[in-house]
Amino acid sequence: MTCPLHRNPITAVESPAVGVSIEHLSKNFGRLQALRDVSFAVEPGEIFVLMGPSGSGKSVLLKHIVGLEAPSNGRVLIEGRDATAEGTLENVRIAMVFQAGALFNSLSVYDNLALYPREHRLGTEAGIREKVMRALQILSLENTAHKFPSELSGGMKKRVAIARALVMEPQLMLYDEPTSELDPIMSATISEIIATLKDEYHVTSLVVSHDRELALGIADRVGILMDGDLVFLGRPAELHAPKDPRIANFFHPKIDLKNPRFKSLEA
Amino acid sequence: MNQLTSILEGFGRAVLLLLESGRHLGTLPRQRARFIEQCYLIGYTTLPIVAILCFFMGSVLALQSGYSMENFGAKQFIGSLVGLSFARELGPVIVAILVAGRVGSAITAELASMKVYQEIDALVTMNIPPARMLVLPRLAAVLVMMPVLTIIGILIGWFGGAVVCKYVDFISIEPEAYFAALRSFMQFKDVSTGILKAEIFGFVIVLICCSIGLSTRGGPREIGASVTKAVVASLISILVLDYFVTKALL
Repeated sequence: MTCPLHRNPITAVESPAVGVSIEHLSKNFGRLQALRDVSFAVEPGEIFVLMGPSGSGKSVLLKHIVGLEAPSNGRVLIEGRDATAEGTLENVRIAMVFQAGALFNSLSVYDNLALYPREHRLGTEAGIREKVMRALQILSLENTAHKFPSELSGGMKKRVAIARALVMEPQLMLYDEPTSELDPIMSATISEIIATLKDEYHVTSLVVSHDRELALGIADRVGILMDGDLVFLGRPAELHAPKDPRIANFFHPKIDLKNPRFKSLEA
Repeated sequence: MNQLTSILEGFGRAVLLLLESGRHLGTLPRQRARFIEQCYLIGYTTLPIVAILCFFMGSVLALQSGYSMENFGAKQFIGSLVGLSFARELGPVIVAILVAGRVGSAITAELASMKVYQEIDALVTMNIPPARMLVLPRLAAVLVMMPVLTIIGILIGWFGGAVVCKYVDFISIEPEAYFAALRSFMQFKDVSTGILKAEIFGFVIVLICCSIGLSTRGGPREIGASVTKAVVASLISILVLDYFVTKALL
């Protein structure tokens, strides 16, 4: 499941985007079943947006891909390698943009970005500096290089997290709620960045989000998880008039002041 | 039963973390900067409190023993008593307790916070083992700094005893006589035993605190709970180990 080589504009390194295959994935936390027999594939180089209400299992699924959780049943394959197997992260470069950024608070923005190449000894300090500054430039963050994460706004933190991921020259980018807690303009900016990275870097992107605009605007395909079940898999255009009432309600919720939802939930 | 299972689980986690850190021992030379930073945090920043506490512990020990020994006419042995107590027991134990409270709590708080705010997950996805970057330099630094802190603590404790012996009226022993008594009973083995104990305590404290910090789950409340748990576990380990190590070295 690989595609032709594409050149990374930051590093000029050629690497293929990789595909992900989720096969009959189930995950239990005690009695709670977070994922139920979920199967789908993400093609190399595509933007796949995984949507669903809060608590539907989206982030849990993302953690399985990056090997932070082990499946109760089924498996996750990244370019044919089991995600939980030792060596997968060494052979496939996967970068994850966490919901809150997960920037290292004790390091400056520059050092956050330089950590990966330094730890893996990917070039001289001058070469690393060039890569880091280029990544910051792409995301218009040059002026933040010597700031610490605590000095940044929410949108800036997300952009720094994306820049940090870019320095890794990833073959697969995972985004966990990249537009949550952002204003509409910053959300649109982040969506544009994700789409641009796909076009220019040709990385495979798997985005977990409940941002409708993002899904309809940049996704090649969309999956919808509800209560651990994959209830939809298809093109974004198919979501304009969904047949499933649960999906219709999720995409076009109506505010009903006469019969509020929370009261029916209480009952 | 649950408590016992949780203790055994914690022990197992700490052993696995130690083995994992050991696997990356070869990376230590290129982690010089982190190692030096940890030496500074563990050693240099703990030194003032070690000095103050050891001085007053030495003073109190001299005062109490002077008060008791005066009745037997054995005041001339105060130097030996303070010297041996500090070298073999008080020096390493006081330094270990201070390291647990000051350094161990900070290590747990930092690592637990990194875990809760997904920084550890970010390291794992970057294929940077937390044991290599966060645990190994701390373990190496504590092994280097514990003997330094302990030797300084012992010397200051002896000095505290000497000051009390000279200036407290009912004791009135000159420093020359105090240190002569100290030297007459002291052997190199007494000091080396103390340093060995301090090494073991320091290593165990850092391992426990790293292990508890890295296994934290939840939010800010759990960070506080982990710090408390790590300090309590470290203090209990120091005292339990103290008995067994002392018995083994006698």
